[in-house]
Amino acid sequence: MSDAKYLIIGNSAAAIAAVSGIREVDPDGTITLVAREEHHTYSRPLITYLLGGKVDEEGMLYRPADWYERVGVNTILGAEVTSVDPQAHTVTTADGRTLGYEKLLIAVGGTPIVPRDLQGADAAGVFTFTTWDDAHAIRQYIEEHGVQLAVVIGGGLIGLKSVEALVALGIRTTVVELADRMLSATFDETASRLAQKRLAEAGVEVRCGTTATELLSEDGSVVGAKLSDGDTVPCELVILAIGVLPATDLVEGSAVATDRGILVDDGMRTSAEDVFAAGDVAQARALLCGTKRCIAIFPNAYRQGAIAGRNMAGADATWDGGLVMNSVTVVDMPTISVGVTEARGEDCEELSELDEDAYSYRKIVLEGDRIVGAVFVGEIDRAGIITGLIRERIDVSSVREMLLTDDFGLISVPAEYRRRVLSGTGVQ
Amino acid sequence: MKRIRIYEEHCIGCGLCEVHCLVQHSRSRKIIRAFREERDTVLPRVQVERDGYLSFALQCRHCDDALCIEACMTGAMYRDPETGAVLCDTDRCVGCWMCIMACPAGAIQRGTEGKVASKCDLCIGQDVPVCVINCPNEAIVLEDDDDE
Repeated sequence: MSDAKYLIIGNSAAAIAAVSGIREVDPDGTITLVAREEHHTYSRPLITYLLGGKVDEEGMLYRPADWYERVGVNTILGAEVTSVDPQAHTVTTADGRTLGYEKLLIAVGGTPIVPRDLQGADAAGVFTFTTWDDAHAIRQYIEEHGVQLAVVIGGGLIGLKSVEALVALGIRTTVVELADRMLSATFDETASRLAQKRLAEAGVEVRCGTTATELLSEDGSVVGAKLSDGDTVPCELVILAIGVLPATDLVEGSAVATDRGILVDDGMRTSAEDVFAAGDVAQARALLCGTKRCIAIFPNAYRQGAIAGRNMAGADATWDGGLVMNSVTVVDMPTISVGVTEARGEDCEELSELDEDAYSYRKIVLEGDRIVGAVFVGEIDRAGIITGLIRERIDVSSVREMLLTDDFGLISVPAEYRRRVLSGTGVQ
Repeated sequence: MKRIRIYEEHCIGCGLCEVHCLVQHSRSRKIIRAFREERDTVLPRVQVERDGYLSFALQCRHCDDALCIEACMTGAMYRDPETGAVLCDTDRCVGCWMCIMACPAGAIQRGTEGKVASKCDLCIGQDVPVCVINCPNEAIVLEDDDDE
């Protein structure tokens, strides 16, 4: 049995941040990183860019090729951890290895959802899309089968980016979304409408309010998707982009408590001693509502990982609460959304400015004297100032008239907060 | 590390920092050519904000707790281990604008080709950044971090 002082399961944002966090506090303690995928740490959001030919393999690397060596990390890549024994301080892998630890981080991310009631999902040409290898497999299938028509099931962020990659490859694509609009978890209605218009202009067929009930195949290969509205869309490729669930399987039956994800406190500690969790698998306190939620976004994963790492090494770093935020480009149209995107409750108010033809839209959602959310389409410059005001719960009553004006800048925000930002010590 | 400090009470809003920053990051590094011929391909990485008599120059704060580095999904945004500066490796940047979403100062801009993040690099290779050298009223000053 090989023992490490720190054992990290996972190899994406949270895991990498944890290594850095550990090294800030403990330059020498042994770190072993074990991950299911064989690749060097890579940027998961770039898999659609790789498929679409916008980045090459070298561009996928999230850290330089010599990074593990430089920071002192032993890697076990291509080994899936299947169970955790917090009492014995060990984990076991699918290939039968047992690894010991003093402090453990679970940063395994999520598992793509394949709906149980979808018939025919096992046909060739049907893919989920969450890994580098998926990108390879999809690319290979497209080339070998000369794919010209594709269906993407799910109109969320993964669905959107998948559609863009397929369009970049010259494939006619239909996206199917069960909700009445795309990106409903990320955008408000107006922003969704602009995104859908943009996609339609790029030749994408967007079908909302319906979903695939059956995937049709011939000789084992997918040839069409039957929809709940009765239509059948012919296709040679299907990408299932319905969503991702926290990959909690490995702690099932252990002392590590789960809800939707692995429950963690503000120090990223789980209910089991010496076991930490971070990233998409973790369920941590959300900033605005205060309850524990899974917010599977890149910046949260990184920040949680960094906190977990420091605390594994004995520091006392504290999570400030997760805030939903996304920056996504829809066919060259940049968008940013943060926090609550639709007013809810009596105390809420929306300020907005829309130029439908110019694909320009900005909205701010206020709750009392504080900003709780924002949506920017087209005009995203300086959006981070608003993110900062949300994150720091700044009273904006003195500047609310300014918020959507062209002159709005850091100069507009309350002086005390402005000086703190300008000092550069960090706003936390 | 050394950090650029901004003194809003000294700033007269002249904009010389923007002019020199643009020239410094232009290809020619010649003021007339930079403004005449390269204006569409280069941005000043410092912006002067003005509101009546109040003004200050704003460039990347190279924060200790840099939210842009955390948010960067490609690993392009990084901290230079020697200078402590927060820098963008433009070869790795894909223009996802997570950094713009995260930066509380609003100090990162989309680059001129809409692809690569444009931000202050503390004038790599120079001891003192050009905005500091050319500020006529010591409103932009390079100080040691622990000087307080």
